[in-house]
Amino acid sequence: MTKSFTGSSSYVASESLLASVNAAVTLRRPLLVKGEPGTGKTLLASAIAESLDLPFVTWHVKSTTKACDGLYTYDVVQRLNDSRFGDGDISDIRKYIKMGPVGEAFLSKGQVVLLIDEIDKAEIEFPNDLLRELDEMAFYIPELSETVKALHRPIIIITSNAERQLPDAFLRRCVFHYIDFPSESTMREIVDVHHSDIDEDVLNAAMKHFYKVRGTRDLRKPPSTSELLDWLVVLASAGVSADKIKAAFPFAGVLLKEENDLSKFHREVQ
Amino acid sequence: MLEPLLYCLRSNGLNVGLNEWLAFQRGLKAGLANSTESLFWLGRALLVHSESDFDTYQKSFLMAFRDLELSSSLIEDLANLLDNPLKYKEGRKPGEHDFENLQELIKRFQETLKEQNKRHQGGNRWVGTGGTSPWGSGGRSNTGVALGQGKGRGTGIRIPDSIDWGVYRQDQTLRTRDIQIALKALRTLERSGPEVIDIDESISRTADAGGEIDLCFRQDRDNKVRVVLLLDIGGSMTPYAQLVSQFFTAAGETSAFKSLEVWHFHNCVYGTLYSDEALWKRADTDTVLAGLTKSHRVIFVGDASMAPWELHSRWSKDSLNGLGWLGKFKKKCPKTIWLNPEPKRYWEHPTIQAIHKIFPMFPLNIKGLQSAIKELSGGY
Repeated sequence: MTKSFTGSSSYVASESLLASVNAAVTLRRPLLVKGEPGTGKTLLASAIAESLDLPFVTWHVKSTTKACDGLYTYDVVQRLNDSRFGDGDISDIRKYIKMGPVGEAFLSKGQVVLLIDEIDKAEIEFPNDLLRELDEMAFYIPELSETVKALHRPIIIITSNAERQLPDAFLRRCVFHYIDFPSESTMREIVDVHHSDIDEDVLNAAMKHFYKVRGTRDLRKPPSTSELLDWLVVLASAGVSADKIKAAFPFAGVLLKEENDLSKFHREVQ
Repeated sequence: MLEPLLYCLRSNGLNVGLNEWLAFQRGLKAGLANSTESLFWLGRALLVHSESDFDTYQKSFLMAFRDLELSSSLIEDLANLLDNPLKYKEGRKPGEHDFENLQELIKRFQETLKEQNKRHQGGNRWVGTGGTSPWGSGGRSNTGVALGQGKGRGTGIRIPDSIDWGVYRQDQTLRTRDIQIALKALRTLERSGPEVIDIDESISRTADAGGEIDLCFRQDRDNKVRVVLLLDIGGSMTPYAQLVSQFFTAAGETSAFKSLEVWHFHNCVYGTLYSDEALWKRADTDTVLAGLTKSHRVIFVGDASMAPWELHSRWSKDSLNGLGWLGKFKKKCPKTIWLNPEPKRYWEHPTIQAIHKIFPMFPLNIKGLQSAIKELSGGY
């Protein structure tokens, strides 16, 4: 291992997260990151790329994404059209083959960090369809009778919001990490990295409210790190004083985004 | 030497495979674990695949560690600690646990770990937090082994257990993925959807025609299965709310059905159904029934436990009693089943028996669900 991940100027990583990242990099296995929304799963990948000084390729998975979209796409309709009306050379299939994010990462001249974001959004069989490609770091393009092999094995980070259970066979090949909700002291570090200029009293008052909200039982969507950071920005730009935060809990809607949660919190506080 | 960990994990129900275990060994070889703590993290990252198993892992790690031969680095740790004992606190007399001899300390540590079988706080003997025993964290002994949150000293063995992963445990028989896969079996595909271009066929026909483009269309595959879900809400169902909501989520996520209707009721179906969980938005059961056809699959989810009169007598304005309404569903949609979250051994209840006579009833676990789907498939 030549380089190891130690966090970055804008990302605070716990010891266990560092261990997981370095295990994934050294053992060349994909790192599967799970955790509540807003705990910095996606950010982690760019922080790794930044700290190891590698290019960063992202594949945002949607509900309609198919596994082969990430490898390559073959624009057969364009070719059909060109064969009829076009002027180019249609015998060169290569012209109609476009690499997806995984293909791009494989063919990159140097090692890259590849983020497969929100893998649980896709169809249930999606992760299984990628198993072989991620295992062997190669895929076959039947149209060209060619195998694309990774020149440099990319560092693969996969995030999941746990909307769907992932298949066992897939899990077994990954290094798993669960980003737990940060403790108050870690949270302060994180806030410091993002908004170091915030007033100490304002921060104290805001944190107190924040953890009270987190502690409210049965919230549908408890606020997470990203909501706290947003809230601090709103408080700072509105110039709310610490006393006012203590007394009134302004802009609660930034933290609690469901009507039920908001009313439940107000009830419990009163 | 780490094999005990593997067997502890497996005997605690964590099915660590050979693949992961080898990866773990490779990680060790690559020098990823240079302290007990990093060994703990490395193992967790590679051997555990869900936060719900973190708690089991933590316990297994401690269990395995208890029987392990003390490694050289551990002995070094202990030796270090003996060389640099913490200063006596003023007023505290040297106690019975101040070990002069390293071997004695190690021996006693192992013995204590073997004897101890629960969590301890305070006291002067067992491993735990606080207290004056030589082991544990936050204690006041001069020499000893630091475990867990032992801050600042950095010389003891530390097993990170500051987070209680117990809250993430879910010893559930049914997982969302299992439900989805089971439900997927209900899907029957038929070519009845909108017309789409059939690329492969178009190409081969075009090629056959020597380049003259011949577009071919065909109907897309479409799903025929329409499902109606009726959920019992509140009362005795409250303990199963999470399970039912998981089932409901899985059903909603599966793209295996042409349509999915969801209705709620309390205890038994009468003249009114509700479209929301709070039982506010009403709909006439007759209207709902009118929209159903023979091909609809109806799934009731409920514990079917209620006072017998709730099943056998009529509500003032209702034309039928509970059993009557259920019979109406059965008549309209022959493919109707009941899923019961209560374990099968409690099915002796009279109302469960009565409902069981109308509909095939299955327990709401993976096996039950599979047989239920089998019952619902085919026909009509």
